[in-house]
Amino acid sequence: MGTDAPRPLDSSALDLDCAAETARIQQWMTETLPRMHKRGVVLGLSGGVDSSVCAALAVRALGPNKVFGLMMPETDSSPTSAARGGRVAEQLRIRHETVNIGPALEALGCYRERDDAIRVLFPAYGAGWASKIAIAGGAMGGVNFFKLVVQSPAGNVDERRLPIREYLRIVAATNYKQRLRKTVEYCYADKLNYAVIGTPNRLEYDQGFFVKNGDGAADLKPIAHLYKTQVYALARFLELPADVVGSTPTTDTYSMQQGQDEFYFTLPYAQMDLALWAHNHGVPAAELAAALGLSVDRAEYVYSDIAAKRRATAYLHASPSLVTPVSEVGG
Amino acid sequence: MQDIKTTVRSFVVDNFIMGNSAAALADGDSFMAGHVIDSTGFLELVGFLEDTFGITVADDEMVPENLDSLDNIAAYVKRKLPA
Repeated sequence: MGTDAPRPLDSSALDLDCAAETARIQQWMTETLPRMHKRGVVLGLSGGVDSSVCAALAVRALGPNKVFGLMMPETDSSPTSAARGGRVAEQLRIRHETVNIGPALEALGCYRERDDAIRVLFPAYGAGWASKIAIAGGAMGGVNFFKLVVQSPAGNVDERRLPIREYLRIVAATNYKQRLRKTVEYCYADKLNYAVIGTPNRLEYDQGFFVKNGDGAADLKPIAHLYKTQVYALARFLELPADVVGSTPTTDTYSMQQGQDEFYFTLPYAQMDLALWAHNHGVPAAELAAALGLSVDRAEYVYSDIAAKRRATAYLHASPSLVTPVSEVGG
Repeated sequence: MQDIKTTVRSFVVDNFIMGNSAAALADGDSFMAGHVIDSTGFLELVGFLEDTFGITVADDEMVPENLDSLDNIAAYVKRKLPA
């Protein structure tokens, strides 16, 4: 009997041999680091699943003495993030420190600039208010745009579409957070002669969900080829703490609670993973629609949005453009 | 109609293709398919339309049928302007 009838698309497409994948990443890391002439790795520990898995993989590859974890909370961080990052560091027995980047962000004007831009739309915004940005449009076949959502101290929620000028001001201000964290990571890496690990999963890497020269900057990216679903599988395999394994992906960047799907992706991560896998494997939109319980139109919008985000964020991956290649240094 | 198109064409050429006349832009060309305008660019375009023509683009009007070519924009702005 042949097995030539294709299986219907379902989440098993993302099944991962965790033991084999862990061994593969370990080997890659131990081979890569000496080529960089680095003695270990530094990484930021957000308390989320991606950075926790990267830390655990690094410990498996290099041993705990060659891995350094940094918790870098700021004013808008969830209080649980640094605590959870700390617990991961304790479990993995790695050296770690907490660097509060809030005062530096304050000095740079990050919060002031963001709040001034918010007040253009909501003049009463100030102390005790919270805010976040939510994506809209692309999931329904429209042009992607962003809504600013605010919550008053009394708990009233209001939202408005962000005009381009205010959108850019808020993004520029909040990107300070990722860029400052990376600056701190490289400071520790320089001090220790270590390399810096970047922790994007495939969804983030492929769709450009990172800040250029911020969380996008790194020397090694051990899980950039793995779908988020697979990263969770590795987290279970690596026996990370239950609240890490069961965590919901958030941006932890804005003061209101914000899921990554709400900010950037058109579907919750498990569905988005399957959509990206299906897109990458040439699965027709109708089959994706059946697997996710969406209309075919909606599945086609998701595919279009995947392609649009790749185009829009290609520059985030790109090296600086040169007039003439400098081939002697591979540039 | 032609005035709208000329005004928008000038904005698109100046801002998105940096006045590069070699990049010909036909009235019916899709900005998306031609990779002329990305999602941030559409937000700039919408801001320009609102400021220039005194219209308000509703959230549900942020669709390619209204914004994704000079022809589409001209027809959309004409519909939005008082008769």
